[in-house]
Amino acid sequence: MSIRLAGRAPRTARHPIAGTGGRTAAIFLTPFFVLFLVAMIAPVVYAVGMSLFAERRSGLGFGGTETEFVGLGNYVDVLSSPTFVAGFGRLALYCLLYIPVLLGAALLFALLLDAAVAKAKRAFQLLLFLPHAVPGVIAALIWAYLYTPGVSPFVSALESGGIQIDFLSVHMVLPSMVNIAVWEWAGYNMIILFTALQAVPREVLEAARVDGAGEIRTAISIKTPLIAPSLGIALLFTVIGSLQLFTEPTILSSATTAVTSTWVPNMWAYDAAFNRNNLPQAAAASIILALVAGVLSWVVTRFASKGRA
Amino acid sequence: MIATTDAPSRPADLPTGRGTTGRPGRPPQEPTDRRGSRTRRSARRPGASLAVNGILILGVAYMVLPLLWLVFAVTKDAKGLYGSSAFSPGGAFVENLQQLMTQDGGIFWRWLGNSVLYAGIGALVCGFVALMAGYAFDKFSFRGKNGLYGFVLVGVLIPNTATVIPLYLLAASVGATNTIWAVLIPAFCNPFSVYLARVFSAGYLPDETLEAARVDGAGPIRSFFSIGLPMLVPGFVTIVLFQFVAIWNNFMLPLIMLQDRDLFPSSVGIALWQSQVQQNPEFSTLVIAGSFVSILPLVLAFVGLQRFWRSGLSAGSVK
Repeated sequence: MSIRLAGRAPRTARHPIAGTGGRTAAIFLTPFFVLFLVAMIAPVVYAVGMSLFAERRSGLGFGGTETEFVGLGNYVDVLSSPTFVAGFGRLALYCLLYIPVLLGAALLFALLLDAAVAKAKRAFQLLLFLPHAVPGVIAALIWAYLYTPGVSPFVSALESGGIQIDFLSVHMVLPSMVNIAVWEWAGYNMIILFTALQAVPREVLEAARVDGAGEIRTAISIKTPLIAPSLGIALLFTVIGSLQLFTEPTILSSATTAVTSTWVPNMWAYDAAFNRNNLPQAAAASIILALVAGVLSWVVTRFASKGRA
Repeated sequence: MIATTDAPSRPADLPTGRGTTGRPGRPPQEPTDRRGSRTRRSARRPGASLAVNGILILGVAYMVLPLLWLVFAVTKDAKGLYGSSAFSPGGAFVENLQQLMTQDGGIFWRWLGNSVLYAGIGALVCGFVALMAGYAFDKFSFRGKNGLYGFVLVGVLIPNTATVIPLYLLAASVGATNTIWAVLIPAFCNPFSVYLARVFSAGYLPDETLEAARVDGAGPIRSFFSIGLPMLVPGFVTIVLFQFVAIWNNFMLPLIMLQDRDLFPSSVGIALWQSQVQQNPEFSTLVIAGSFVSILPLVLAFVGLQRFWRSGLSAGSVK
């Protein structure tokens, strides 16, 4: 089929097609870059601008507000807000738990599917991938019910086995959230890694076999290092994705009081904008999050390309 | 099919998932099927087979049981939801759907229609715009190409939700919040789609074909529409599918941009109902039925369009 070739990256060295210079390229590129400007650059620039000002009540509280330049004052306020810092700490903890579990599960399933003895590979792939078709809101809703005692078959199964766990308690809600995200994204990442595994050349595996390496040994010390670049990409997108955490905690916050309205930085920004009506602080919080994402992406990219060199 | 048209002709200059080619120990990607030689060995390993397939079945159970729970839950009334065994059918399926369709004057239909509208139009426009840009990045040479492409890659790395509040602030300053444009315009733009489009253009569309068109006297725009576009249809479908799902699943953007309930997509509408479950447990059957109906099209799309998401994911995994 046409699948394999799609795995080719754009060529770098190529013969330019004569007569297709800048002007034609401009016609093809303008629509995208106009949208890019309107939907990404302009909002960020506007938010940076806004985050440098604050609204102060003038006089005795009458007479409206006036806008005042405060420089990085909002950033200082946001970063010294205990709820924001707590939210970031929670997000960091979430990432530390989520990323290894997610990529570990994805890699395990990819390697198992790539094993010679695996049966019905296409059906397994489809079924493992299926949760990705479920919107985040609905995934969170389904699991919220599955965490609720009385409704959940799993809670009652555990109870009949003598185990009492309140998945929505203050201490358990973070791992519960990780579970939802793993459920949504493990299949997706599994397919990425499995596709990379399919491209590992047969000769290398034959050589390993001749050298006496078993299936498990081959999987760990031959296949996994060979798909390191794909693991790097999966890691990069997982990091960016985890920082966005908003949907799942927002849905769970209606099911448990353990999730507060400022539980993660994105919720903090939402709360600042719409409950506390402090738009400049909301803007500053969004910019901080984007910066952290940028720095982390850069680190992951560096790390990934170093691992390749 | 379009498959391996240029694979034998120039394997060397195609950077693959293995990183830079030609380096020892990093063999280039080869579209060989090695299944043949490997199944022969499998017959001798019943224990290994049991372990591997056993773990896979456990994994599938983890992925599928929650969905199965939803399928059974949608057949139960509110009492049955709490009382009965989770994986046995109840008798309230039709009743639940009727309630879903009539609640609040049938607003769920509207939400579903809005989701189809936002995701459908958003994905088609996004796909087309991205295809044009990806095609230009792949096939044309012009000054500043690498710099512009750098912008695209930076765009890929900006987390979506970090731009939602900035988008809201900007939209509010021009009075565009609470309109469909506030949801649609951001949906039209996805840098990752441009990246995918460039990969697809390089993979599906040999330069020689365009060269031939040029010799026949077709201009660059005509050759895009008459030759490039038809050959890129599989890539286009893949990009549209992924963007469709991304828009359908988006929650934070419509939640923040829209105040009018009539403009909500199904994700925000269902979340609104869910927020009322605490006061009124009757709403839980609505939430479950709404969830069931709104994931059905996506699950069917993924089952029916397997070829496309598989190719999208393999393209996306390449640097």
